[in-house]
Amino acid sequence: MSAAENILEVKDLVTVFDTDAGRVTAVDGVRFEVKRGKTLGLVGESGCGKSVTAFSINRLLPQPHGKIAGGSISFEGRNLAGLSVEELRQFRGREISMIFQEPMTALNPVQTVGKQLAEAILLHQKCSSREILQRSVELLTKVRIPSPEVRLQEYPHQLSGGMRQRVMIAMALVHKPKLLIADEPTTALDVTVQAQILDLINSLQTEMGMSVLLITHDLGVIAETCDEVVVMYAGRVVERAPVAEIFSSPRHAYTQGLLQSIPKIESVPKSRLKAIPGSVPAIETLLPGCRFAERSGRPHLPEHLNQRPPFIEISPQHWVEQCPVCVA
Amino acid sequence: MPRLRRMSLLNVENLKMHFPVRGGILMRALKTCKAVDGVSISVSEGETLGLVGESGCGKTTLGKAIVRLYQPTDGKLQFEGQDITRVSQRALRPIRRDIQMIFQDPAESLNPRLTVRDILEEPFLIQKQGTTAERRQWVGELLDKVGLASTAADRFPFEFSGGQRQRIGIARAIALKPKLIVCDEPVSALDVSVQSQVLNLMLDLQREMGLSYLFIAHGLSVVKHMSDRVAVMYLGKIVELAPSEELYHNPRHAYTKALLDAIPVPDPSKRRPRRLLSGDVPSPIDPPKGCAFGHRMKHPKWEQSVGMDLKLEEISPGHWVQKCPCCVD
Ligand SMILES: Nc1ncnc2c1ncn2[C@@H]1O[C@H](COP(=O)(O)OP(=O)(O)OP(=O)(O)O)[C@@H](O)[C@H]1O
Ligand SMILES: Nc1ncnc2c1ncn2[C@@H]1O[C@H](COP(=O)(O)OP(=O)(O)OP(=O)(O)O)[C@@H](O)[C@H]1O
Ligand code: SF4
Ligand code: SF4
Ligand SMILES: [Mg+2]
Ligand SMILES: [Mg+2]
Repeated sequence: MSAAENILEVKDLVTVFDTDAGRVTAVDGVRFEVKRGKTLGLVGESGCGKSVTAFSINRLLPQPHGKIAGGSISFEGRNLAGLSVEELRQFRGREISMIFQEPMTALNPVQTVGKQLAEAILLHQKCSSREILQRSVELLTKVRIPSPEVRLQEYPHQLSGGMRQRVMIAMALVHKPKLLIADEPTTALDVTVQAQILDLINSLQTEMGMSVLLITHDLGVIAETCDEVVVMYAGRVVERAPVAEIFSSPRHAYTQGLLQSIPKIESVPKSRLKAIPGSVPAIETLLPGCRFAERSGRPHLPEHLNQRPPFIEISPQHWVEQCPVCVA
Repeated sequence: MPRLRRMSLLNVENLKMHFPVRGGILMRALKTCKAVDGVSISVSEGETLGLVGESGCGKTTLGKAIVRLYQPTDGKLQFEGQDITRVSQRALRPIRRDIQMIFQDPAESLNPRLTVRDILEEPFLIQKQGTTAERRQWVGELLDKVGLASTAADRFPFEFSGGQRQRIGIARAIALKPKLIVCDEPVSALDVSVQSQVLNLMLDLQREMGLSYLFIAHGLSVVKHMSDRVAVMYLGKIVELAPSEELYHNPRHAYTKALLDAIPVPDPSKRRPRRLLSGDVPSPIDPPKGCAFGHRMKHPKWEQSVGMDLKLEEISPGHWVQKCPCCVD
């Protein structure tokens, strides 16, 4: 795979947090590439490190306790770790921009929506206040927020959950970034508005070749929008493959369990839903070996728990991290 | 299940929640945002009422008015036969134990300066329940129920992932074993497997303790799975309400149909062009006259709905739909 084809390359990324209880490793040797103009989906168990991966790429880890302890992230061939503060400022919004999982943590609660949008616009552009107003109204209209002029004067708490999410989407798209990192961008949207937002993102992709790293729990959205999928579990990538292949022939025990847990519209109401038994081990107690072993229901040897399984390409572009004996 | 004989736990009658929209230099109230505009629903003991609807249509506002975080503008709220519409905050305290809410945005409800243990102990302390040792044990049990390790107790909310925070909110809501929980997008930040675990837990609690839920969510298959009946909301009003199987198999309102039609299918081989709803999303600040959805879709018969009393009408047992001239066949 040539570098020019990939807009983003994440190699063996390790991200740690220093907490009162000691150091925890949230991302443990993650690697993937985002191809130019394509959408890469990132899925995985709640708490497996998806958002931390996104924050690491964007250099937005909470300071001082979060830090990248290993690996490299390169964007269009440039090492992101080497960027100065000023270069980063230039970078954000125009080259890479991000939609955050929790709008309330990303929006400023004491500033009006209009003020925050204006700031986002002025980051890379000189505009008169009339132009700003016009741009802002246009942006809110694009993300389907009604009465945009009124909304600009309101504060985040006066908006509905989905409107806050859409304000953030509007802010992320202001400067038509080359790479959009979208962390659960549509969780607060009903399916009709969701379809419109995904369509908006899609049109930016065809129009300007924007690439997207899409983090979502909605496997329906993954199936409908992604080209490739990366599956994470407890800080690591356990499987990656083109979207059709992930759904048709998942290989890792976790991916299989995940796909079997998709709620079905035909299910018997109030019956027990399928779930993978057990839960992820606490982050402080993660083992070096396969972290899904206990929950997999598959036979494995003690040495599998002490040694990280190899990440192998089992068919073209289909990679799995598993022991040689791990078969369904 | 003998649905008809169940007692009604919560009764909401023609509830309205309007917010002033301020503007101009003096920040005077210039307009009104009619977030919830005449909603009547009821939830029986042991029942789950699902609530779905377009983003911004007033679901969270309705939920917050029910748990009395807002003082309703108009209408009536009854809980266990008692009128709680205007009851003072002090008189509400014992009722607060029985009605809990899981918030859509956990960041809004979890105090960032408290550890998870403090957050989960708080409800017991307010209600003066248990000894220190008992409360410690209960916190451990709650964390276990929502699939979090007991070591989580001594960490702060910001040290968790989005889905982990959401589960802390769920643990707190079930702490006091309430009778009704208003669940606002309770599982939206969870992967499907953890989601199933949490939903199974909610179903178990319902079976064991006869709990009732008002279940607000955008995931339509999840709503269908959890709910006995489902209400569809559009721009501050309920437009359709029916037993869940009936609603999904026999939707009658045009908006309900559009919703069901837009569910993304988790199968890449069945990819289809997305059919988008045309027209502009109407605003609760300047709501259109007559039927809001018909106005948006520029339905040829929309004008007939202007000036009409768009009441819900029971078209078959338990299936209510807005009485309107065009989009309901
Ligand atoms: N500031 C922090 N301090 C300590 N630990 C943290 C911090 N932020 C995240 N973590 C831990 O890192 C792990 C990964 O978190 P992350 O937010 O990336 O999960 P996620 O995959 O995005 O999950 P979700 O789907 O629930 O959002 C979690 O176990 C979390 O507890
Ligand atoms: N505190 C408030 N002050 C003023 N307006 C408000 C307030 N809370 C909500 N609103 C307005 O009420 C309307 C309904 O909002 P609500 O949060 O109830 O929607 P929702 O159905 O929960 O949407 P979502 O699915 O996006 O969460 C919106 O127009 C919103 O801007
Ligand atoms: S066999 Fe190996 S890869 Fe498979 S579940 Fe067990 S430890 Fe994990
Ligand atoms: S039929 Fe009437 S009420 Fe229903 S959507 Fe059309 S105009 Fe609105
Ligand atoms: Mg996350
Ligand atoms: Mg809401």
